[in-house]
Amino acid sequence: MKRIVTLVVQNRSGVLNRVTGLMFKRQFNIESISVGRTEKEGISKMTFVVEVEDHRKLEQLTKQLNKQIDVLKVTDLSEKAIVARELALIKIVSNAAIRNEVQGIIEPFRASIIDVSKDTLSVQVTGKPEKIEALIDLLRPYGIKDIARTGLTAFSRGQQPQAAELNQYSLLK
Amino acid sequence: MNLETKANAEPETTVQTGADVLVQALVEENVETIFGYPGGAVLPIYDALYRSEADFQHILTRHEQGAIHAAEGYARVRRKPGVVLATSGPGATNLVTGIADAMMDSLPLVVLTGQVATTVTGTDAFQEADIMGITTPITKHNYQVQSAYEIPKIIKEAFHIASTGRPGPVVVDIPKDISANPCFETDRSPFHLPGYKPTFKPNPLQIKKLSEALKKAEKPLILTGAGILHGGGSADLKEIVETFQIPVTSTLLGLGAFPGDHELFLGMAGMHGTYTSNMAITDCDLLINIGARFDDRLTGNLEHFAKNAVVAHIDIDPAEIGKNVPTDIPIVSDAGAALKEWKRQLKAGPENHQAWLDELQENKVAYPYWFNQPPKEMVAQWTIKKIYEATGGEAIVTTDVGQHQMWAAQYYKFSKPDKWVTSGGLGTMGFGFPAAIGCQLALPDEKVIALVGDGGFQMTLQELSMLQERHLPVKIVILNNQALGMVRQWQESFYEKRYSESIVACQPDFVKLAESYSIRGVKIETQEDFEKQIGELLDYEGPVLIDARVMQQENVFPMVSPGKGINDMVGVKPL
Repeated sequence: MKRIVTLVVQNRSGVLNRVTGLMFKRQFNIESISVGRTEKEGISKMTFVVEVEDHRKLEQLTKQLNKQIDVLKVTDLSEKAIVARELALIKIVSNAAIRNEVQGIIEPFRASIIDVSKDTLSVQVTGKPEKIEALIDLLRPYGIKDIARTGLTAFSRGQQPQAAELNQYSLLK
Repeated sequence: MNLETKANAEPETTVQTGADVLVQALVEENVETIFGYPGGAVLPIYDALYRSEADFQHILTRHEQGAIHAAEGYARVRRKPGVVLATSGPGATNLVTGIADAMMDSLPLVVLTGQVATTVTGTDAFQEADIMGITTPITKHNYQVQSAYEIPKIIKEAFHIASTGRPGPVVVDIPKDISANPCFETDRSPFHLPGYKPTFKPNPLQIKKLSEALKKAEKPLILTGAGILHGGGSADLKEIVETFQIPVTSTLLGLGAFPGDHELFLGMAGMHGTYTSNMAITDCDLLINIGARFDDRLTGNLEHFAKNAVVAHIDIDPAEIGKNVPTDIPIVSDAGAALKEWKRQLKAGPENHQAWLDELQENKVAYPYWFNQPPKEMVAQWTIKKIYEATGGEAIVTTDVGQHQMWAAQYYKFSKPDKWVTSGGLGTMGFGFPAAIGCQLALPDEKVIALVGDGGFQMTLQELSMLQERHLPVKIVILNNQALGMVRQWQESFYEKRYSESIVACQPDFVKLAESYSIRGVKIETQEDFEKQIGELLDYEGPVLIDARVMQQENVFPMVSPGKGINDMVGVKPL
């Protein structure tokens, strides 16, 4: 099962190595990592998307991460209401003739063209990974020259809906 | 950094270097002994040690591996961090085995390594190795010093991290220019580790659950791990066990946490444990694991492990609870503190477990350890039994890994805590002899026996130099079967007797070897000679090397084959 795990860490050299090394040793497959500074000096945040076998393995993962001296907080966001975003830059083959066509495709995605050259076009898109995948699929026929993706970054929403509320709004009921 | 303040305050003082700051920081941690080996990148530190008037000793080993295993032995019996100092590159990489060993067996170490100067770091400079990268997976934590200013704080943190919570090794890597250059100001503020808060005390409600489970249990069993020794919980454990009559089994490393000669002790459990212990784990309805980590050599195939039992697990490391065996009553705590709280709360024991106790006693009598006893030649098991009898279980015994280690665990009854020093988790050959030296330095008045195989001893025997130099009265007993015994046994059992590279017939003359270091050496080949001499040899005031020639064909029994449940033992012989 895919999990989104965030770590608040002390920004010291080697900390990313420690965390990824731990996952490597214990055979967790990392799908994406994004790391950046937080509002506090010396504190960074890492967001991992990890493939985990079952809940026991997941418990091991969070416990082992918690053991690291430079790790201040481990949060598994997978079952919470979250805001999750990824940024992708996509460079495609293009010419003046199809520029408008591409513009039409990317508009519903709220993506934007950020670079144009004689025969290429670069698009920036942010959103959930599925949305980015969808846009990439649509742009693929034009010929993709390069893709750069940041990996997912996420945190929990300001308000967590109660389980009961979720049921109330569910389409299944 | 703050040149003026320093100059104004003490204008006449000679300038101290980063190395001086380091030595001072070690003094403040009450370090008594450093095990080490000098080299280019630590020359400033060795110079500072030479100049220092501090009251601690440096022990020069003949290989860095010797230094770190000695520090492990020291840490184990002294219950404080062992300190190691080695140079960059090869010096540091020679420590890797010992660091991994200490990590697996939760031994507190502070390992100081030199590093090439910051000006050339990352250029593949002479004797440069990425020791931070190499040791990250095998340390509890590691540091590379960025400036001399932070040395006192890092050292304080290193000792704190190594010795608290679940103990472990901490590496501090010190670039040469930082130790060599003058240092005018240091960070004296108290350290703050927001990401490190071990839980020492148990949740009383969880302890209550444990007491309730015990009350209901008809077949309770306590499993003792090394956590009890680290937490100093042996006395409380004994009181609880005797008051409420709970049977006890042990892991390899937990031996001595509960008296080995006690009526309620069933012997070690696991791959080479007693039949009684393994069957007790299989049949019990409440298994109370105190300070052990359910290692696979203990559990065997997890499918068959304690499958009828409510499992309670006390461990200071929350990540160990539920890692291998699903746990019903988790208790995160120092084992000593948990036992204290349990003793305070526990008013009544199991109500109906006499039949269980009787059954275990019957098993104990019916299925003892056994070995073939030839008329004259020595076998290792017999030899260890005789050593136990000669010492009355009072000596500290260290071992390597292999047959001799298992036989020591089986036939030497550890009746007191901290008498048993062995490489459990990593199973390190070459550990036993240097570890014995560390134990002897830590506790000069104790009798220390290095019980080693001929294979393991040859991996670190250069430390005989250290023995000679320091006149340490360590007694080395080589159980010499001219083979890598456990390898040979596995080849016999699982590889149709294809003894590939496990028979080591060509050996040095160990007696002459000892004598070349001015150490008394004795070769013994018969039971009669051994019995005649062992008392005198163990009481001899200096170091002794005994080359005990034991039979090659003996195997360690009983045994749980790999992949089998611990209830499936071979080599069990009813009396």
